[in-house]
This record gives sequence, structure tokens and C-alpha cells, in this order.
Amino acid sequence: MTVLKNYRLPDERGHFGDYGGIFVAETLMYPLEELTRAYHKYLRDAEFLAELERDLKDYVGRPSPLYYAERLSRELGGARIYLKREDLNHTGAHKINNTVGQALLAQRMGKRRVIAETGAGQHGVATATVAARFGLKCVVYMGEVDVERQKLNVYRMSLLGAEVRPVRSGSRTLKDALNEALRDWVTNVDDTFYIIGTVAGPHPYPAMVRDFQAVIGREAKRQILEQAGRLPDALVACVGGGSNAIGLFYPFLEDEVALYGVEAAGTGIASGHHAASLCAGRPGVLHGNRTYLLEDEDGQIVETHSISAGLDYPGVGPEHAWLKDTGRAKYVAVTDEEALEAFHRLTRTEGILPALESSHAVAYALQLAKDMDKDQVVLVNLSGRGDKDIHTVAAREGLKL
Amino acid sequence: MSRIQACFARLAAQGRKALIPFLTAGDPDPKFTLPWLSAMVAAGADILELGVPFSDPMADGPVIQRASERALAHKVSLKRVLELVAQFRLRDQITPIVLMGYLNPIECMGYRAFVATAKQAGVDGVLVVDLPPEEAKERMLPLLYQAGIDPIFLLAPTSTPERIRHADALGRGYLYYVSLKGVTGAGHLDLEDVATKLGMVRSLTHLPIGVGFGVKDASTAASVAKLADAVVVGSALVQKVEENLNHPDKIEAAIVSLISEMRKGIDGV
Repeated sequence: MTVLKNYRLPDERGHFGDYGGIFVAETLMYPLEELTRAYHKYLRDAEFLAELERDLKDYVGRPSPLYYAERLSRELGGARIYLKREDLNHTGAHKINNTVGQALLAQRMGKRRVIAETGAGQHGVATATVAARFGLKCVVYMGEVDVERQKLNVYRMSLLGAEVRPVRSGSRTLKDALNEALRDWVTNVDDTFYIIGTVAGPHPYPAMVRDFQAVIGREAKRQILEQAGRLPDALVACVGGGSNAIGLFYPFLEDEVALYGVEAAGTGIASGHHAASLCAGRPGVLHGNRTYLLEDEDGQIVETHSISAGLDYPGVGPEHAWLKDTGRAKYVAVTDEEALEAFHRLTRTEGILPALESSHAVAYALQLAKDMDKDQVVLVNLSGRGDKDIHTVAAREGLKL
Repeated sequence: MSRIQACFARLAAQGRKALIPFLTAGDPDPKFTLPWLSAMVAAGADILELGVPFSDPMADGPVIQRASERALAHKVSLKRVLELVAQFRLRDQITPIVLMGYLNPIECMGYRAFVATAKQAGVDGVLVVDLPPEEAKERMLPLLYQAGIDPIFLLAPTSTPERIRHADALGRGYLYYVSLKGVTGAGHLDLEDVATKLGMVRSLTHLPIGVGFGVKDASTAASVAKLADAVVVGSALVQKVEENLNHPDKIEAAIVSLISEMRKGIDGV
């Protein structure tokens, strides 16, 4: 394992080595500079940080517990498995850590309207939630296909007072929702703050979202030292855009801890129906940054597949691309079937219903821990709860709820 | 002198302004692209902007998005667009062609291969919407300069004086001023606003300035021509393509008629 020392990325213009950067149309250059300035200023501002910490504690419910999955570990007979319970956050996933932070920033910048893109709807709900709390106008872009398969979250957003705009262009999924949100931002730059939900997009988003999500890793480090008296041997997290994974990994980059990012292999990498940009893609430029992408031979972005809508994205955060190339993190992929199996297994052995996204991380952690020693430790980011997915799981079993 | 510089010099000598129409290559079928390009030149176009289809055209409004989708349905790749330009060059050695599109197809082909093929095909300018000067500097610009292809940069109402000077220093051929905050074809441009902002832009730049986004008819084109060196028309033309999809034989006449009207408007006839 290559452990990093004095890790200081990204550079001033948002580069992680060859990846990241700012690849947007001219109109967005100034608002991005404005945002970068605000982000640098407030991440060092004691009053801002105190307010953020208070919100994370009293509104989100942090710190989230670190739970030793004893029965699961015993049954497996390998390493001890610990779960970082981001599923217990307000709104049921890690997404809220970031939306609380960005909403506070929007307020400081005097922006009264927020927009967001969403796939599964978790980030849309987390954005609509903070918008309701701060009294901000909120528009969420969501691919028409996702609107159909995530009706519950669409209704939740409208209850929260957000307007959900179905996107009918392109493949009508998450990537097209991102395109549409960027178009909205270009049109309404004066009063609008774009709350991106993952560590992708143009600089400063990958760094800013990472910094807001890094609370996961900071807490986990403290908690595992308290509970196990040592650092974990490995961290495991699922990777779509990669925000929960970076949030967990970042505070451990300079430690002797193996990092595993788990992508969605869909029906298998060989089948072509997957969303594994790091495992099966090539570097290119999309949505404002250079990163690994799933594209055809002409550089057109291809449609992806995963049972979990939150992983169904043809790109990935640029910092992951860099961590892959340097060998600091390892990226693997887990199929729909394997994720479903892990979903059931965790539910039955521990009474914890994981999101299908997080089930990918659980599935790989099970494979990994099985062959490790009993005194070793694997820490998994349980990034979200699975209530939103029960219709999908039921449908796979031929049931209609 | 590049073909684009020569074109602006020729027009300046005549006291005229440039008309720059945009069409997406291969929309609605690649067989129409070459005849329509030539027809637009005959109707008074000075420089041609040719859109390279992309699956995720983030800066474009619905009209040009749909044009991209129609072209992609015919698998019109960057390679195919370059072949079309090469064919156009066989019959027209004067009219400059500017490719307009997004970076990923170029990344995929490779910068060197792209620039070499574009030069051979007879491309005169390249406008990559999501490649601002800062990111272009390292890889793209040295290759374009060396090949004698003009990098065209965008300026927006939000551009700071510093960025405007930077784009002027690194760009060649002309600068493309985006007249409104929004996507292509978003609405009518605000002439007073454009006049104010262009005054500022002029004071900071030396390259010719083209104005686009929101030029829908001959009278807007005429007004813009009083302020700028070139008038760019895109969505209004693509709209003509879309309106006549059921009668493709009528599209050429519709395009030619819009170009002729705009030409007259710009020349003040």
C-alpha cells in the first residue's frame, strides 16, 4: 500500500494530478471563482464552523454511531466488521452532511435560491430539507426515469416545498439531471447557489464536498480508536460519484490503512450493463472535471446500469481517479446480485436495512473480511438506510407492495 | 494570415460585418450538411460554425440539444465531422470553418490526432465550449498555434476584465461574446445591455468580436451588427431544421431565406 504524506490536493485550480480542474462554459467561471473564495474564507471562519458543528450535532444527529457488527463478524469467521452508521442521520443518508454545509455557505453568500440534481432522490431530499429549514427556494432536477422509479422521494421533496423538475433529455437519468442543473445555474447565476451532491463537478466542488463529508472519517477514526484500540486494517465504501467514500477515506490517507472503493458492476462488467467508471472506464472530461468516464469509442457518454440509482452515474469524483492511479486506494466492483445478497444478509443478521448503494460496500467487505484474521478490523461506511429501496427489492422477488 | 483573419480584413476593408451561421453537423442526416453549408455561403454567410454532436451538451438549450441527438442517431462522430470538413474544402477554399463543441470527443480522439486531422481537413478555428483558457493553455493551445488553427474563446456577461484580457491574449481569429446569461437559444438579447458590456470589452481587447446567443431575426442581427464585428446565429437556424423535419426538402430554402434576410439586415440594405 502506498501511504501518502503531507497530502495537500487539489492545487489552486482544483487539480488532483491530471484530474479535476474547471471545465465549464465561460459564464460559470466567475460564479465558480466567487464560490471558491467564499469556501476558502468560511472554512477558516470560527463562527461559520461553530454553526456548522452545531447543525451537524443538533439537526443531523452527529456523531453517527460506529457499530461493531458482532454477529455478522462471528458468522463470517474472519475480521471484525464495524459499520459507520450514516444511515442514522436525519433524512437517512450521509448526503445531509454536505447539504447543511453548502446551505450555510449559500446563506453567507446571500443566495436565496438553491438548485440540485438527484438520482435516487437522497441528495434531492437532503437539499429540499435544508432549503425548508433556511426558507430558501429550491428546485431539484431529476431524470424522468428516476422520477418514475423513486416516487416516494419525489413526494418527500414536494412535501418539503421543493419543486421537482423531471428531465426529459438524453438518457433521462442522473447525468442528464446534472446537465439541466448546470443549464439552470448558467441562466440564474445571480441569485442561485448550485448544491452539487457529490465530489464531482468543477472546482471547488470536489474539494468542498469532500471537506463537508470528511466529518465521517474524522469521527470514525476517533471511534475505532476508542472501541478497538487501533486503526482499522481496511476501509470499505461504495462509489458512485464517491462522496461517502472520500468522506471516510480522507482523514485516513496518511495512515497505514487499506482503502477499498466499491463500484456498481450491474449485471457484470463483461455484460456492459454497469456503472463502474474506475474499473472499466477511461479518463475524459464531463460535468466540469477530468476523471474516469464510461464512454463509447467516439467519446460519447454511455448509459449506465445499476440496481441502485445512487450509483448509476457514468463518471466519478476526480480525487478517486487520482487515488486509483497512485495506488493509494483500490477500486473493485460488485454486481446487483451480490449487493442484494448482502442487503438481505445484513438485514437478517444485524437488523439493519442498508441502502442498495451501501449494500455494495457491505458485499465487498464480506468477501474481504472472510479471509482475514479474527483480530483484524474492517470498517464499512453504511452510507444510507434501505427503506427507500424496498420497492426495488420486492419487485426483484416478484412482489408488488 | 489565417483564413479567419483574412475574412475579417476583407470585410473591414469593405466596411461590412461578418455573418456567422451555426448548424450541427449531421442534423438531421449527414447527407444534408455539405449542400447546406454551401447554400449558406451563397446566401451571404462569411464564416461557418459547425457543431460537433455530443451526448451531454451542457451549455445548449433544447433546440441544439435535439439537433445533437438527431445527429448522434446517425452516429455522427468527431471523426465523421472532420471528414465532412475535408469534403467541404474540396469545393470551397475561402470560407473559414470553425468547429464548435465539447471537449470529451477531443480527449477521446487525443489532442495531437485531433489537431493534425483538423489541419489536414481544413478547419480554421476551434471553439470548445467547456475548455476555458486556463485549461486550454497546457495541452490544446500549443498544438493549435503550431497548426495555425485559431482557438476561439467565449466571453460572457459575467467575465471579469482580467479574464477578458486573458482570453484576448490567448485567443486568435475572434472572440465570441455570449450576449446573455443562459443556454443557447434562451431568449432575446438585451441590446442596451450588450452595448454597455461590449464597450467595456472593446476597451480591453484587440480581436474582432462576434456576438451570439439570442439573435433570432434580421432586425436583431442588424442591431447587433452596429455594435459587433460579427453576428452569430445558431438556434434560430436549427429551429428551421426542426420545424421542417417532416419535409426535409424544404429545409434548405428556409435556411437560405433566414440567412439572406439577416445578410440584408446586417449590410443595412
